[in-house]
Amino acid sequence: MQFMLLFSRQGKLRLQKWYVPLSDKEKKKITRELVQTVLARKPKMCSFLEWRDLKIVYKRYASLYFCCAIEDQDNELITLEIIHRYVELLDKYFGSVCELDIIFNFEKAYFILDEFLLGGEVQETSKKNVLKAIEQADLLQEKTENMFYSKSGCKKAY
Amino acid sequence: MPAVSKGDGMRGLAVFISDIRNCKSKEAEIKRINKELANIRSKFKGDKALDGYSKKKYVCKLLFIFLLGHDIDFGHMEAVNLLSSNKYTEKQIGYLFISVLVNSNSELIRLINNAIKNDLASRNPTFMCLALHCIANVGSREMGEAFAADIPRILVAGDSMDSVKQSAALCLLRLYKASPDLVPMGEWTARVVHLLNDQHMGVVTAAVSLITCLCKKNPDDFKTCVSLAVSRLSRIVSSASTDLQDYTYYFVPAPWLSVKLLRLLQCYPPPEDAAVKGRLVECLETVLNKAQEPPKSKKVQHSNAKNAILFETISLIIHYDSEPNLLVRACNQLGQFLQHRETNLRYLALESMCTLASSEFSHEAVKTHIDTVINALKTERDVSVRQRAADLLYAMCDRSNAKQIVSEMLRYLETADYAIREEIVLKVAILAEKYAVDYSWYVDTILNLIRIAGDYVSEEVWYRVLQIVTNRDDVQGYAAKTVFEALQAPACHENMVKVGGYILGEFGNLIAGDPRSSPPVQFSLLHSKFHLCSVATRALLLSTYIKFINLFPETKATIQGVLRAGSQLRNADVELQQRAVEYLTLSSVASTDVLATVLEEMPPFPERESSILAKLKRKKGPGAGSALDDSRRDPSSHDINGGVEPTPSTVSTPSPSADLLGLRAAPPPAAPPAPSGAGNLLVDVFSDSPAAQPGLGPSPEEAFLSELEPPAPESPMALLADPAPAADPGPEDIGPPIPEADELLNKFVCRNNGVLFENQLLQIGVKSEFRQNLGRMYLFYGNKTSVQFQNFSPTVVHPGDLQTQLAVQTKRVASQVDGGAQVQQVLNIECLRDFLTPPLLSVRFRYGGAPQSLTLKLPVTINKFFQPTEMAAQDFFQRWKQLSLPQQEAQKIFKANHPMDAEVTKAKLLGFGSALLDNVDPNPENFVGAGIIQTKALQVGCLLRLEPNAQAQMYRLTLRTSKEPVSRHLCELLAQQF
Repeated sequence: MQFMLLFSRQGKLRLQKWYVPLSDKEKKKITRELVQTVLARKPKMCSFLEWRDLKIVYKRYASLYFCCAIEDQDNELITLEIIHRYVELLDKYFGSVCELDIIFNFEKAYFILDEFLLGGEVQETSKKNVLKAIEQADLLQEKTENMFYSKSGCKKAY
Repeated sequence: MPAVSKGDGMRGLAVFISDIRNCKSKEAEIKRINKELANIRSKFKGDKALDGYSKKKYVCKLLFIFLLGHDIDFGHMEAVNLLSSNKYTEKQIGYLFISVLVNSNSELIRLINNAIKNDLASRNPTFMCLALHCIANVGSREMGEAFAADIPRILVAGDSMDSVKQSAALCLLRLYKASPDLVPMGEWTARVVHLLNDQHMGVVTAAVSLITCLCKKNPDDFKTCVSLAVSRLSRIVSSASTDLQDYTYYFVPAPWLSVKLLRLLQCYPPPEDAAVKGRLVECLETVLNKAQEPPKSKKVQHSNAKNAILFETISLIIHYDSEPNLLVRACNQLGQFLQHRETNLRYLALESMCTLASSEFSHEAVKTHIDTVINALKTERDVSVRQRAADLLYAMCDRSNAKQIVSEMLRYLETADYAIREEIVLKVAILAEKYAVDYSWYVDTILNLIRIAGDYVSEEVWYRVLQIVTNRDDVQGYAAKTVFEALQAPACHENMVKVGGYILGEFGNLIAGDPRSSPPVQFSLLHSKFHLCSVATRALLLSTYIKFINLFPETKATIQGVLRAGSQLRNADVELQQRAVEYLTLSSVASTDVLATVLEEMPPFPERESSILAKLKRKKGPGAGSALDDSRRDPSSHDINGGVEPTPSTVSTPSPSADLLGLRAAPPPAAPPAPSGAGNLLVDVFSDSPAAQPGLGPSPEEAFLSELEPPAPESPMALLADPAPAADPGPEDIGPPIPEADELLNKFVCRNNGVLFENQLLQIGVKSEFRQNLGRMYLFYGNKTSVQFQNFSPTVVHPGDLQTQLAVQTKRVASQVDGGAQVQQVLNIECLRDFLTPPLLSVRFRYGGAPQSLTLKLPVTINKFFQPTEMAAQDFFQRWKQLSLPQQEAQKIFKANHPMDAEVTKAKLLGFGSALLDNVDPNPENFVGAGIIQTKALQVGCLLRLEPNAQAQMYRLTLRTSKEPVSRHLCELLAQQF
């Protein structure tokens, strides 16, 4: 996979993940072009399209479009299910995820994606394992937060 | 704010994001952001040391601002500080910031690499994973230099956690893709292959991607992965839908892993081991069988995952292209999908069938779906699906259905989306030419194209129709008549005027007998379009007019009047003015004889690959024309045809002077004896002409003319002059090859297609493809005369030992070749062992009662059986050293015969068949290549090095192979190419 973009029906970019080196200028141009192309398509149309020398696979979930660019030899249907599995992961983590969750917790959305896909390839498909990794991290951080807060709490007391 | 409060709620961040969302305008947003940036800057610069939490919060805010699309030029140092925090979330945010906002500041990179190094060494799996994710996300060369050597170790270490192995595998993949030279191959590679056996499905999933990528570059080193992949696949495919627990996705066991394994297998030919192959075929059959079972769930995820595996299975079956039974089953399965209610499946079925159409086993099966596909072209509501249908029709087209497909495509063109019109036009033009049985149909089709979609008919297309009409005298009259009728339309496209102008200028005489299309009528019809046309077209029409003066003397006065008019003689456009002046002078100075010679009908164009095909390929990228022409091709397509293709720059600029006269081309080879001095007179006429402008020399815009190859030099042993005995020579009695046979052979060392031989009677074209030790060659014999050749018999002869080295099977061809016709002969070639001399091709026939014979060298040289081999510098030098016996090396130092252009050299070396290896030779000017010559009996590994010396205009070429005569022979063959 070369990149993944999440954007809203209004064309606002919510997440971008690039697996090939591109300049910021190119990234912006690609994003603009693709958002426009995908938004212009009608609901019942096919989820795949040719774009430059890439294949675009996209799917809409509520107000969000998930859009992946894959290479010629990559499998379109399995990419569609990559998108779905990612949505499931977000859903499980946030609890019926909505666009706002991704806006306010964008860093989490990136962390979950990194556990699932790395370098543009599927790393771990088990929902349990991906979320275990994230939750472990959350646990770790709660521990440290507690330490942090208790310390500052002490300071405040002075 | 959302109800989520997982982990750390960074309140300040949430407030800031809310603020931004509440901004009513872009200006307000920018203002709010600038305020925040100022705040963060002051915090970072402030005297008070920030605690980790605040640093994390501010870095996160910066990241958010950047992702909104604003530039961020500070904060990197704070992010790097976070990396060394021992709090997980702080580290995590630091890494995220670094991954997204990569900075090339070297001091910073040193610090980042240091932090990564510490985390990799920490033995804390979560920290190690974060560090590996960061390397994978950045993937820069600097990262590669710092870590490429460590990661393989982490990947195969016995004590690495599963999650670490997964990240390490994909991290290494990313680095390998970015800079393969930095990843050292070694002992670890064997252990990586065994990750396919790992108990942890996630580890296997990650590792397969890495192995697939490594295989592509070093297929031999990873061969063992095939049997491992097959057994893994077989276990998954045969497992029950719940066996794999969390790796089962909507009742489909491990779909991602299955797809990746099938993908991996596509890097190799079918397994040789019968047991492995049997097991694999069983898997493929199981997948095909499962497609017929009722679904286990109604969810689209279930069917998508299942069909993803099915499509990948079909890809593998197509890749093998060796199991007719499976290919036909695949085709039937896709046929079902063509009518599926899911648009996605219809799209993919059309796409996949396209590749199936080019397999000889399934071509016929694909053709049975023609009606469904035509229907898709008409009724699909989604343009991308219609496009796939058009592609498939193109791929399934052959002589039997060409008329139907072309007419459907023409009909579709009338309503097609603008975006794809040009492509459809090109496709129609190619199919019409390729499958034309009678050329009047071809002419009709192209004129229809111009009528329906004139704007999208590129130069290549209308040039091509002119070439074909010029070359085939049986269609010239029809073309003149048809184009004359088409021009009657009150509004016709300018391209029609161009085609009409050219054809009537050449062949208008063929319809001049009919009073409805008498010369004056033809002229006034053309001239009625003149004023509405562009300069380029008007220039072309002026040339038509001067040709008219020759064809129809009765139009001379009228036409001279037109040329003499002030609007021509004093035209602001130099080209038009020049033509008017020159043509006017020519028509008044030259005698009828001279005029007839100068304005002789255009000579036939040399046969060559259609430039339209080349254009389509350029448009669609590699592989687009695969259905029509899947031979192994020279990458620089314009080189294949001896540089006769228009270069891209001439394609995009319309030719302002598509010249009918061919003044700048070589004189027609078959011109009748001209009055002495005619050639000089021509020059004189122009140089004496007072208004003649400088700049008659060839100009780059003359696309049409520059496409013309000068006619092949006439052979001193021209067939016509050969007073051969009346009796046909016996089959064993073959004359020596013609003197230029070697030279002709040399033209084909680095390419597979082109014109092998040409004289006044006969043209022999070659198209060939080679794979492994097998080859197929198509020879096209064109009768250039209007008289039938009789007893036509081309045979292939193996002189000397060649019989034991090379097997060539020929198919018989018809013994009569009609005037103007072309016959095709197919040769199947098998290389048994290495050989030095090419086979001979002997062609004999009777022309007008006189026997003709001709012996050529068949362009089959040992390098055709090259299989390119990619390898890293280290491996190259290791092998180079292994071949250091003096007799294994052949070297030649020679003068350059052609301009020393690196790109051309590259193309030639690739055409020669070896792989070109970058970053091997320390001197980037030099070329290094490697390949294996495949013969039935043995394989010969070859390494080559070419060192150009531009100053001395010399080359040094060194070949090393495991067989002495091969080194020498390859060296000689290749040395003649530069």
